[in-house]
Amino acid sequence: MAMVQPRSIRARKLGAHLALLGFVSLVVFPLLLVISISFREGNFATGSLIPERFSLEHWALAFGIPWERADGTVVQPPFPVMLWLWNSIKVAVASSLMILALSTTSAYAFARMRFSGKAPILKGMLIFQMFPAVLSLVALYALFDRLGQLVPWLGLNTHGALILASLGAVALHIWTIKGYFESIDGSLEEAAMVDGASTWQAFRHILLPLSVPILMVVFILAFIMSIMEYPMASVLLLDEDKLTLAVGAQQYLAEHNQRWGDFAAAAVLSGLPITLAFLLCQRWIAGGLTAGGVKG
Amino acid sequence: MFVTNASRGLPRHRSRYPAERYTRWALRALTVLLVLATLWLVVAFHLRGQWMFSLLFLVLGASLAIVFGKRQLMSHRYIFPALAGMGVFVIFPLVYTIGISFSNYSSSNLLSEERVRAQFLDQTYQAEGQAFDFALYRDGDRVRLYLEGESGELDAELEGQRQLLSAPLSLQADEPTRRLTVEPVEAPPSGEPLPMRALIANRALMQALTLETPDGTELSMAGLRSFAPMLPRFEANPDGSLTDLRDDTTLTPDQETGFFVTEDGERLTPGWPVAVGLENYTKIFTDPDIRGPFLQIFFWTFAFAGMTVAFTLAVGFVLASLLQWDQLRGKAIYRTLLILPYAVPAFISILIFKGMFNQNHGEINLILQNLFGISPDWFTDPALARTMLLIVNTWLGYPYMLLLCMGLIQSIPRDLYEASAVDGGGPLTNMLHITLPLILKPLTPLLIAAFAFNFNNFVLIALLTGGKPDILGASTPAGTTDLLVSYTYRIAFQDAGQQFGLAAAIATLIFLLVVGLSWLNLRLSKVKV
Repeated sequence: MAMVQPRSIRARKLGAHLALLGFVSLVVFPLLLVISISFREGNFATGSLIPERFSLEHWALAFGIPWERADGTVVQPPFPVMLWLWNSIKVAVASSLMILALSTTSAYAFARMRFSGKAPILKGMLIFQMFPAVLSLVALYALFDRLGQLVPWLGLNTHGALILASLGAVALHIWTIKGYFESIDGSLEEAAMVDGASTWQAFRHILLPLSVPILMVVFILAFIMSIMEYPMASVLLLDEDKLTLAVGAQQYLAEHNQRWGDFAAAAVLSGLPITLAFLLCQRWIAGGLTAGGVKG
Repeated sequence: MFVTNASRGLPRHRSRYPAERYTRWALRALTVLLVLATLWLVVAFHLRGQWMFSLLFLVLGASLAIVFGKRQLMSHRYIFPALAGMGVFVIFPLVYTIGISFSNYSSSNLLSEERVRAQFLDQTYQAEGQAFDFALYRDGDRVRLYLEGESGELDAELEGQRQLLSAPLSLQADEPTRRLTVEPVEAPPSGEPLPMRALIANRALMQALTLETPDGTELSMAGLRSFAPMLPRFEANPDGSLTDLRDDTTLTPDQETGFFVTEDGERLTPGWPVAVGLENYTKIFTDPDIRGPFLQIFFWTFAFAGMTVAFTLAVGFVLASLLQWDQLRGKAIYRTLLILPYAVPAFISILIFKGMFNQNHGEINLILQNLFGISPDWFTDPALARTMLLIVNTWLGYPYMLLLCMGLIQSIPRDLYEASAVDGGGPLTNMLHITLPLILKPLTPLLIAAFAFNFNNFVLIALLTGGKPDILGASTPAGTTDLLVSYTYRIAFQDAGQQFGLAAAIATLIFLLVVGLSWLNLRLSKVKV
């Protein structure tokens, strides 16, 4: 606590608050605007932040329920948003479970075991994770195209391909879990192994129960990353009923037919849960951001 | 840190517990099954002539068998699945992309040479001057086609047969018949042929019909009243060339370009992929229609990534300095609100901005119109489109910098500020002479990573502008707001020509840049493992 205080502290505090409030309002404005628009009537309505003509039209359409306007016309939902959301969740759950399984086991080996090639493999993973998948899209496209001719459920336009392709992005999670494992004292496992437990049993029955929090965090992180994944899904998925939300949502704002209101409702509906999940585990996310570079 | 018994080479005892023994056997069975599955893929890809994929799965299967077969590699079993995932979906695509960059792989050179040859040999043509007159005869509730090769000016015969009769055909069936066999007959069927009206009514059905004679010759409709035999157009020669049976010219396969070439040098599509050496790279640097847009995009990519890092860092750093001020109240609320842009999924917030920046009825232009009477063309003016990208990306990216700076500022000893206060230093002095120099060093590798990320920030471009407005006079789809990655994507997937080879060459150049950046990153951060 600083003991020496300048006299103008009160004015300075006020200035800081004003600056922060101004900036916060700039940041939050688009988000509030979208919530407001989702309750406005029609797709081109403008007006104040609190809607003048309140309507649940866009929300009904987002849930896939046809909406009857006051003048009797019935509006059909333009896109299967709930189906897209369901596709996204399906892919995200499957891929994050697989990512979690792969990265936990390898993080255990990296944290606890001594074996040849450990340091170069760890470093190599850090380098390779800097190559975005979007650069090798041509190759991934060719891979799944050819694979699909032999194994149909892994071909183009399948969720299997998308789930499998996400397994490349495990390096970051391995580093996160490895850091956590290293912070747990290994003597418990050693005691168990002295008593006759195998390596796998020590891992499964001693270390894993102790690491449930970090496993949750990695699961949620992988889940969010999978939900937000755009490039791979945009190349691998073709049919409208196969799309994930990240790829499908842009159809609302097509060049000549912008459904601003419908988009707003769909965006709030799908964005809110993800935003909340992110805010809930932001403490660990922030920790993971600096872990790779600073602490080492 | 411990060493497993297995990697010491010590024997493993037979487990006392049956359940554990069964689990071990189940795992062994699973390993064998997986190895067999990869072997099947190896053989299947090999038979299709796709040796790259065959090799990939050979390596995968072999390493699987070795790692799970040797007890000394117990530790490697734990890391194998993750490494296999990275190998197949990160490293292999990278190598494969580099491989494609030396080929002419594109939508016109897509299939293998055997498949192209088979496609040519499947092509047929309708023999001219040889046609059968045909009529429909009723047969119960169905009809038969009667073909005759000698009436009027039509003159045709197949193996000496001039009169043919088809199997019965239903005109009302839900599933239209596509193929029908015909047999030689001596005389037309009894009864009167159906009138012309019936022919016209069923024309679509007739046009889709293929008639097949006992020796396999196919006939299809040639005119309203005639069917003509379909003859194979090409014939394979022993030296690998094809003969065009229509005019007896020869097509020779050209392994330099990957096309069949006619005698006067004309290329026939489709072709097959062949190695073209450095052609894609020389094209990037010498073809003026590609070099111009490429260089423009190249410099914009650097400018975009650099400015994004600078702006986000500036905003994040100032906010972090404000938020670490002990006497400011409500910091937790400010922090949560300020992190919101990071928490909202990017594909949603980018689209929100796309709607807000809409030139005609977007909220931003409405506000600008009311306040200043201007209505900028955010999506059609290159400079404004770039400005918009930077605004949106700063909004999206500053929370990351804020989080980083806040974490780093916490580790600065408080007595430094105390000393500065004693010496009369104000907040600006503190910020520029204590905080900034102290966090800049640990921040540098993270800034490089952020630079690399924004260098390849595909999602922002794809969702906000799609690279538009386009550069005029470019032979490939290239936009003034395109980054190198989105440029690559558009060449490969949005252009009619789908020039995968050219796209892969540009991707390879980006790989080299990223390798440089990550090497720099690793040097600066001195990662300990």
